[in-house]
Amino acid sequence: MSNNSNLKVFLNGFFKENPTFVLILGMCPTLATTSSALNGLSMGLATAFVLLGSNVVISLLKNIIPDNVRIPAYVVVIATFVSVVEMTMQAYVPALYDSLGIFIPLIVVNCIVLGRAEAFAAKNTVFKSALDGLGMGLGFSMALTLLGSIREILGTGKIFGFTLYPDRYGMLIFVLAPGAFIALGYLIAVMNKLKKA
Amino acid sequence: MTYILIFISAVFVNNIVLSQFLGICPFLGVSKKIDTALGMSGAVAFVMTIATIFTYIIQKTVLEPFNIGFLQTITFILIIAALVQLVEIILKKVSPALYQALGVFLPLITTNCTILGVAIMVIQKDFNLLESVVFAISTALGFGLALVLFAGIREQLSMAKLPKGMEGTPISLLTAGLLAMAFMGFAGIVK
Repeated sequence: MSNNSNLKVFLNGFFKENPTFVLILGMCPTLATTSSALNGLSMGLATAFVLLGSNVVISLLKNIIPDNVRIPAYVVVIATFVSVVEMTMQAYVPALYDSLGIFIPLIVVNCIVLGRAEAFAAKNTVFKSALDGLGMGLGFSMALTLLGSIREILGTGKIFGFTLYPDRYGMLIFVLAPGAFIALGYLIAVMNKLKKA
Repeated sequence: MTYILIFISAVFVNNIVLSQFLGICPFLGVSKKIDTALGMSGAVAFVMTIATIFTYIIQKTVLEPFNIGFLQTITFILIIAALVQLVEIILKKVSPALYQALGVFLPLITTNCTILGVAIMVIQKDFNLLESVVFAISTALGFGLALVLFAGIREQLSMAKLPKGMEGTPISLLTAGLLAMAFMGFAGIVK
């Protein structure tokens, strides 16, 4: 249990087991909310918060929850944190809440959150689970921000709202549905290439 | 007329997978063969219709009168999880053949965001019960249509020669992108 292994747990989510590029989990919000870099980042951070919270609580409760009902129990814990995020966003950043729309409550069924609860938090200490949740969450945010930036730059010529080139040269398709699939497809292909090299 | 519009809109114009981005996981996961794609679509249609009816009734009779709308997310996901378990048990007993066909997909459905998504959308769009049912069935059909089309393309694609890095997920995503582009042609038919 050295510092080294803790760091490894934390960094796992960024590269080796990046939820988006390597594990290919949580595709729905990845594709739907990355029409701009800001949307992608906020969706990532919302998910990261839920991941951190649920990982900590589940690893605290891991000896109390009976094995047979563990999945419903996990889902309730996750749904609680999602409701917290939902209400907070609705109160403080209503514009963002509207643009992410239905995907905020849908964090509940994001496979990353339940996947980490089952695969990591249920077997590890609280501290490690927190690190894992944070690492995975930030890795996810990173991926979403990257995809959001690419789509925003190609689609509208902006990044985080700053204009890079006039948007009449932008390829609108990248902001629309097909662009999401195509941009992510190429991103994963590049990641595959880098991993082998 | 409203029902026809809901149907066309849910199947083609606002296709749940290709324009709303819900249910991407099963869309990519179980679309290697047309058979499994059909099985998954059947399971989704079945659970989605039942789940929408149940969540709708709970929303109207419990959550709204008691003013506890903030419990919506938790309540809905619990209803769906319980329902999926129930359907699995009943199916195993009543129709082993159907269970054989759909069984493997059922546990996956709890975390399929289309089910929860449709349950929430129905409330947001302020549909009545019958409209909700029509919407749920049409959405499931749209999901099935996208899944089966995609599976058909992927069966052909498995014979193609691809660069190493493009194999697997990347090429599936690109194909899905082209399919989504095709579905964009339906835009504007229904408001």
